[in-house]
Amino acid sequence: MIRYALYLGCTAPVRALNYEKAARKTAAQLGIDLVDINDFGCCGFPLKSVHRESALVLAARNLALAEAQGVDITALCSSCTGTLAEANHSLISDVALLRRVNEELKDATGLEYRGGVRVRHFVRVLYEEVGLDRLRACVRVDLSSLRLAAHYGCHYLKPGDAHDRFDDPENPVSLDRLIEAAGARSVYYEGREQCCGGGILGADEQTALAMPRLKLARVAASGADALVIVCPFCDIMYELQQRRIEKMYDARYNLPVVFYPQLLGLAMGLSADDVGLPLNRVKSRKIMDLAAGGRNQEIGNSETN
Amino acid sequence: MDTDPAELDPQFAQQIAAEPGGEHIQRCFGCGTCTASCPVREVTDRYNPRRIIHMAILGLREEVLSSDFVWLCSTCYACQERCPQDVRITDLMHAIKNVAVRSGHIHPSYRLQVGLLRGHGRLYDITGLENERRAEQGLPAIDESAEDFARIFALTGLDEVVSQNAEATP
Repeated sequence: MIRYALYLGCTAPVRALNYEKAARKTAAQLGIDLVDINDFGCCGFPLKSVHRESALVLAARNLALAEAQGVDITALCSSCTGTLAEANHSLISDVALLRRVNEELKDATGLEYRGGVRVRHFVRVLYEEVGLDRLRACVRVDLSSLRLAAHYGCHYLKPGDAHDRFDDPENPVSLDRLIEAAGARSVYYEGREQCCGGGILGADEQTALAMPRLKLARVAASGADALVIVCPFCDIMYELQQRRIEKMYDARYNLPVVFYPQLLGLAMGLSADDVGLPLNRVKSRKIMDLAAGGRNQEIGNSETN
Repeated sequence: MDTDPAELDPQFAQQIAAEPGGEHIQRCFGCGTCTASCPVREVTDRYNPRRIIHMAILGLREEVLSSDFVWLCSTCYACQERCPQDVRITDLMHAIKNVAVRSGHIHPSYRLQVGLLRGHGRLYDITGLENERRAEQGLPAIDESAEDFARIFALTGLDEVVSQNAEATP
């Protein structure tokens, strides 16, 4: 039994309900037990630039809340995953730092962190713990006509040490293999490693939006049916801002963006609604048809059986 | 840039090196792998990590700390993974920004984020409307539990640092 606390962070539960829904539904199908901890708050990411000590205390607060329930953490947001994993790495490897952070945490909240929690991205759990073989065995709908562009983003993999280098940060393969395990084709495009720019959206919007513009143009030119992502902040940049970027640059990309668990859920035979597809802003007729066709195909199968 | 040598701060790089994350600044030999790897640099010449590191080592304290450009690091870690000298550039940029904040130069967008976290414990507040939308999708309601945050910010000294900024940058 795989059991984790589901760490939602700030962005996913407000701006990416489709991602959260698809993650919960696929997890349930795959026997991953996700525990909700209501007191979870911000991971500390924004404060790393302002006041490192406070960022560490916020991260330790979440780690301590999971530890009190006896569960490890899995997160949907790559920045949350990176921030919590990196703080965990620092706290576990520096006894004096852990003691000092704990003193502040305990005074402010009564909580204490002993260093016994692991932090993993939800998609990493699918890749490493469920595994490609089991995922392939769960596929019931043929998605082989889909050509998809994998976007790893930054904090899903980097800094490498915080994520135990489970995949090569320079030349990653996990998301490509996961796309293929779901039965679709992963296509190569220029600038795969490019950052979404979300980290500077608040500081300088024009510069931040110039970054996803490059990727949207390159992926659209590659002829991919959609961009596959694993982070709600990447979604803000590539999907929620897409129309604005098109206006700014007088361009038309019309590039659908899907979260990996949505793709996996469709392959497993979940409905478009189960994976939150109606909430995706840039519609993909091809994916909607496959979702509908897959359901009909399944219903047809069950009737003939 | 014309700089009066008398205004250089030879201690600046040491101050950065004493800051968590900034320890390896003096290892930089200026190869420029960071700048060549930087996705922000790809779209604007206003951000250039090698230039910032070199300015810091030269002691251009005020130019670095009061600049907008230190806030343009997207924290993607591309440079950090590739740096042949293990300067840990993303961590170094965090260290420089921490020093900038203590010197009264917090970026307004970060002051805003600190306020949101203090009030809600998260960057997007959860209103009744948010929980209605979640319920429509069959997702569990979320209660904001922000009480811890104000206490943490007071205790760690974050409040004091940010309030100094309010005075320094009206």
